[in-house]
Amino acid sequence: MTAKNFEKMVKEASPKSAVFLNSVKAFLVGGAICAVAQVLYNRFEAMGFAKDDAGLIVAAILIVSAILLTALRVYDRIAKFAGAGTIVPITGFANAIAAPAIEHKNEGLVLGVGAKMFVIAGPVIVYGTVASVIVGLIYYFVR
Amino acid sequence: MTKHFGDASVKFENPPVIISAAAIVGPKEGEGPLAALFDKISDDILFGKDTWEQAESELMRQTVELCVQKSGLSAGDVQYILAGDLLNQNSGSIYGARSFERPFFGLFGACSAMGMAMSLGSMLIDGGFANYVVASASSHFCGAEKTFRFPLELGTQRAPTASWTVTGDGAVLISATGRGPKITAATTGAIVDLGQKDVNNMGAAMVPAAADVIAKHFRDLNLPHDYYDVIATGDLGMYGLKLLKQMLSQDGFTAVERVNDCGLLIFDTQKQDVHAGGSGCGCSASVFASYFIKKLRDGEIKRMLFVPTGALHSVVTIQQGETIPGIAHAVAVEG
Repeated sequence: MTAKNFEKMVKEASPKSAVFLNSVKAFLVGGAICAVAQVLYNRFEAMGFAKDDAGLIVAAILIVSAILLTALRVYDRIAKFAGAGTIVPITGFANAIAAPAIEHKNEGLVLGVGAKMFVIAGPVIVYGTVASVIVGLIYYFVR
Repeated sequence: MTKHFGDASVKFENPPVIISAAAIVGPKEGEGPLAALFDKISDDILFGKDTWEQAESELMRQTVELCVQKSGLSAGDVQYILAGDLLNQNSGSIYGARSFERPFFGLFGACSAMGMAMSLGSMLIDGGFANYVVASASSHFCGAEKTFRFPLELGTQRAPTASWTVTGDGAVLISATGRGPKITAATTGAIVDLGQKDVNNMGAAMVPAAADVIAKHFRDLNLPHDYYDVIATGDLGMYGLKLLKQMLSQDGFTAVERVNDCGLLIFDTQKQDVHAGGSGCGCSASVFASYFIKKLRDGEIKRMLFVPTGALHSVVTIQQGETIPGIAHAVAVEG
């Protein structure tokens, strides 16, 4: 049997993820998180906070909530249902930092929590920064 | 006279006897269909310890201790402990076996560990190098996730072809004499790699190795295809098993309906949300040391071919773009 023939057999025998259903769930949960954030934002604005401040407060609330839910072992259960719906919003980023921090706390505060905290979110920070520099350069010259 | 037959098989002149067996599992396995057959079900996933690594070692220690205890012997009588697991540098087995202070071989064959341990243990005994050997293999769901995949609390979705690492250990005490099922022959698997790269479909990656070792076993020992009542692979899962049956049929194997997989026996795949089925060194080991050992002793199964399967990749090799090499070892056990 060649690798190519076997690959064909494997493809036929293995089910694929339910992409459409998962997308619908992601849209609903992800949308709900964003809607809650918007309601909070409007409230803070109505309370007299400046636009920028209201945005920061909402982001902080979402991050703390996601970390709390991660520590309570609830976030991964919601995410099992929601998929990208809980990964894409800022809550997913918070979860990606909190989860390895919890997992590696047994290896100590420095080499465990400190070093492993960024194993998943690290690349997002690195390439997010690189992308923003590139976009900034383009904006500077094209403007 | 050589006891080696054909390409990769050995036949034991004085078949070693499995005089004792023990299986201890975690809470999820304790909710599965084999619950009544395990010696102990821990409702604490940490087994009273602080870390996943310590938990697996404690699980291994308890299982080996119980296996020896059930035979009426003491740990001091055991001449070799052969044990394998999935943690880096075999930590699960090493820290588990530490307190026994007995001659120890740590084995790495990924989830094929129990096949390795039973084959090598039987060779030691039939070779006249030992009277009592313990073979053990363990895995821990949380330890395996941490070693191979993501932190437990990370919000991810599992692929439908992914399997669920069994938290469990199976141990057998193999003896030169005594009563119990006998290990009559073994075929050592070669590393077979048909280019699979999907770590979320390890069943598929291991299928070619399983098919290869099964075919070699029958060829080397010149056995009719219906010789064994059961051929039980380690942890191919439901899609892997389907592929194996397909592959064996294509090669002209006629007893395909006798092939089953330990990963499908340990969990109820309909109810327990384990996707393709159970996996891990402890999957085949604990199913053999509970379910199959009982059937062999009761005479419900007269002969079986036990084929633990392993995916021999590491996180680093996969990140470097390598494929997943598979392996499987076949051990013939007769009641």
